[in-house]
Amino acid sequence: MSVILTEAEARTLLQKVLSYSKADECEANLLGEIRGNIRYALNEVSTSGSLINQNLAVQSAFGKKVGVATIDEFDEASLEKVVRRSEELALLAPENPEYMGVLEPQQYVESTGYFESTAKITPETRAVAVGKSLELSDSEKLTAAGFLENHNGYSAMMNSKGLFAYYPSTNVNFSLTARTEDGTGSGYVIKGYHDFDKLDVAAATKIAAQKAQGSVGARALEPGKYTVILEPAAAAVLLENLYFAMDARSADEGRSFFSNPGGKTKIGEIIVDERVTIYSDPAHTDLPASPWSGDGQVQKKTMWIEKGVVKNLSYSRYWAQQKGVSPLPSPNNMIMEGGTATLEELISNTERGILVTKLWYIRPVDPQTLLLTGLTRDGTFYIENGEIRYAVKNFRFNESPVIMLNNLDTMGLPERTVSTESNVSYIVPPLKIREFTFTSLSDAI
Amino acid sequence: MKRRNFIKLSGLGLGGMMLSSVPILGNAVSPESFLDSGMDVALKKRLADAALNAAKSKGASYTDIRIGRYLNQYVVTREDKVQNVVNTESFGVGIRVIADGCWGFAAVVDAKSEADTAAAAAEAVAIAKANAKLMKRPVILAPQQGYGEVSWKAPIQRNAFEVTIEEKVDLLLGVNDAAIKNGANYVNSMLFMVNEQKYFASSDGSYIDQDIHRMWPVFMVTTIDAKTGKFETRQSLSAPVGMGYEYLQANPADKVAGITTRYNKGYDMLEDVIAAAKQTKEKIGAKSVEAGKYDLILDPSHLWLTIHESIGHATELDRVLGYEANFAGTSFATLDKLQSKAFNYGSPQVNVVADKTQVGSLGAVGWDDEGVKTKQWDLIKDGILVNYQAIRDQAHIIGEKESHGCCYADSWSSVQFQRMPNVSLSPGVGPLSVEELIKDVKRGIYIIGDGSFSIDQQRYNFQFGGQLFYEIQDGQIIGMLKDVAYQSNTQEFWNSCVKVCDERDYRLGGSFFDGKGQPSQVSAVSHGSSTARFNGVNVINTARKV
Repeated sequence: MSVILTEAEARTLLQKVLSYSKADECEANLLGEIRGNIRYALNEVSTSGSLINQNLAVQSAFGKKVGVATIDEFDEASLEKVVRRSEELALLAPENPEYMGVLEPQQYVESTGYFESTAKITPETRAVAVGKSLELSDSEKLTAAGFLENHNGYSAMMNSKGLFAYYPSTNVNFSLTARTEDGTGSGYVIKGYHDFDKLDVAAATKIAAQKAQGSVGARALEPGKYTVILEPAAAAVLLENLYFAMDARSADEGRSFFSNPGGKTKIGEIIVDERVTIYSDPAHTDLPASPWSGDGQVQKKTMWIEKGVVKNLSYSRYWAQQKGVSPLPSPNNMIMEGGTATLEELISNTERGILVTKLWYIRPVDPQTLLLTGLTRDGTFYIENGEIRYAVKNFRFNESPVIMLNNLDTMGLPERTVSTESNVSYIVPPLKIREFTFTSLSDAI
Repeated sequence: MKRRNFIKLSGLGLGGMMLSSVPILGNAVSPESFLDSGMDVALKKRLADAALNAAKSKGASYTDIRIGRYLNQYVVTREDKVQNVVNTESFGVGIRVIADGCWGFAAVVDAKSEADTAAAAAEAVAIAKANAKLMKRPVILAPQQGYGEVSWKAPIQRNAFEVTIEEKVDLLLGVNDAAIKNGANYVNSMLFMVNEQKYFASSDGSYIDQDIHRMWPVFMVTTIDAKTGKFETRQSLSAPVGMGYEYLQANPADKVAGITTRYNKGYDMLEDVIAAAKQTKEKIGAKSVEAGKYDLILDPSHLWLTIHESIGHATELDRVLGYEANFAGTSFATLDKLQSKAFNYGSPQVNVVADKTQVGSLGAVGWDDEGVKTKQWDLIKDGILVNYQAIRDQAHIIGEKESHGCCYADSWSSVQFQRMPNVSLSPGVGPLSVEELIKDVKRGIYIIGDGSFSIDQQRYNFQFGGQLFYEIQDGQIIGMLKDVAYQSNTQEFWNSCVKVCDERDYRLGGSFFDGKGQPSQVSAVSHGSSTARFNGVNVINTARKV
């Protein structure tokens, strides 16, 4: 049997697992996946590999004593063994006062994250895709280092109250750093899709190549406050730090940007420009996501920031009960609404500014203001009178996504991108921001 | 063929700690199973010989096999609650071969028989032969002698895996209680423990059995100012170490007195958390730093991370050559700079050694993951770049006859590659104490503990924060500062190093989960130094109004 189980096969296997349970409550999470990757550097393949993985995690509870055991073999003896082991661990465990019990069966929305085009990727498919990229890099006399990885898998869960959930999905990510042979120019591109048919490796390679060649001979500008155009990949790595902070418990506890004095939170408060709307939606066609969380909670379309106002923070089931509100799981995707302008139009409407391809090594500096630091990389350009005039040397920035979204000038057409920091995919518009703070120069290329 | 299970510890209330993802390798097991001795060495040798013979008969010119059992235990608490106790074990075999001049690798979980390892060896050869068709340059492997049947054990005094969960939980809940009693609003505390039981064999004639232990006790305290709603945090001043549970038994000699107590080979977690709770309150009322140039006095609990980022990663030969260009980046410390024998990485006070042998360090092993006996070597001598970190298939590139012995894989299922050894700043030669160092500083900042960190992809421009900042005026510490970060350029910074304290102040810091590669692998590495002074470094103020 393939490690990728159908819904019916997953249901049958999970029913068998639960039939062995002697605990008060039992919940089983199942996954199967096939992953493949190919990595290249200095214009030749350096490593390639594949991974076939399946895993079953069983959580047993006696009262509030909880134990988890996992196993990757699914014969009957192994299934019984993992249930027994989780029960033994539960009996050894201290009580967990935050254990909330398993959920009743739920209704989930439809979400299509599985594409045959991606599921049928073979090592040859990867080699051919990368071959195109290498050929282009060779012909442009560029030194290419890239990574292509694909994933085909499913996850499923069942608990002793009869909840069952199943979600199959596929994904493919491609990234490339192209450098000029003398190391004076560097360009980058990253693309990620559920559907491999949407990935155009050659087109992506051309973007990186153009940025590499265009970034040769970068000039130094004084650090300071500049109007910037952040391409979606650059905007995503800043915005996700805002998303990660949207947890009610740390806000209620007074240790988050979303805290207000006196144990209050910023829910209902306007925190950024009123054109900013950010939501999650598992059924989004361009960025589908699992319609359920790991504990079986429903994922549905949720507004997080609407017209600049904080609409929701996530509440775990325990914390929601403490606060007398409804639980709201952390989202499985995030979509930021935008405008209609293309990146080219944003550039052509800019009198003076800096175009940023990628931001790198992002680290939080102050959790109270969400101040972040990091650097531009692989394609930073000076814009004057609506045109890219020349490449500029990389900058270090110190900026908060909150301040940045208050200094919003224009949003472009949203597109799907991948965070180069977390590897998570988002939908983000290119953002034109006023007074973005660059604090020093870097010699890095 | 199966690979590791890679789970992320998330939702464990790690708060603002810099543990964005903690990898857990292997299957959950009961803690009692940690006490099993694992597979007998004689059986491991039979499995290894089966793989070596099978690979050779299929046409491999070189083969190595790693039979690994990896144990992990993490205990996670906050305030009066145990949030999680994670116990995992992973066992399997990874086989690497050279055939037709090209590397091939295959791994198998729970290998129990000679047939299992022989089959995986044959698969590795088949992969090597397939990949050889795409290869442009064949692998050149530095020669390596065989050592026969040998073993190495970390010199620990108390195996952390033999200490009961109850004792560990009692320690952490006691620490948390002390933090709250001393005025903190919140506290998270954790113990991370790792045991690698590794057997390596190669066609060079080595059969190496090793037992490696690591641990890291860590906490974060948060205190909120009720009036303003502002909060401050302080992380533990512990270091991750290559030691057993004895690290948590601090002797008076392990404590370094000063403006706050710091720790050497033993750590007093309870004492440190009490100091931390008080210091978060002091931080709330501290003066916000005035941006500008300062002379910095950097404690080893802070300086390790600057060494790690600006010297450790910059001197990895695979980065220098471009193999990590798409992810971690390349390096400014290019081959021509090494070959010039005149590149001033730092001032003449700056001597930096790479090392895989230092007792109690995270990098210490007897042999690396390709059977090379470990050693110490110079990276920077009297301020000049003199070497890189290189493994067997890289040594020829820099004209070396042998590997440096710094090859590592984070699991039996991962391919071993060049990983950072301990990289440490040597103590100053003349006698110099921290007090004597501070005495001459007119306008400076004394930084203790590591904080926010960021560096560019060629390791030029960096920015570091810290845990505790003290203002120095005319040779005296006059009070605490906050909102401090310094920005510099690697070469400029190390050339501004004017003094390093002597060996009495030498201590190790380190990283327990250092990431590299695609797919990413973790490794643990220590960095030693004595307190050092850097003149005229640019300090910024990180406070913002939102």
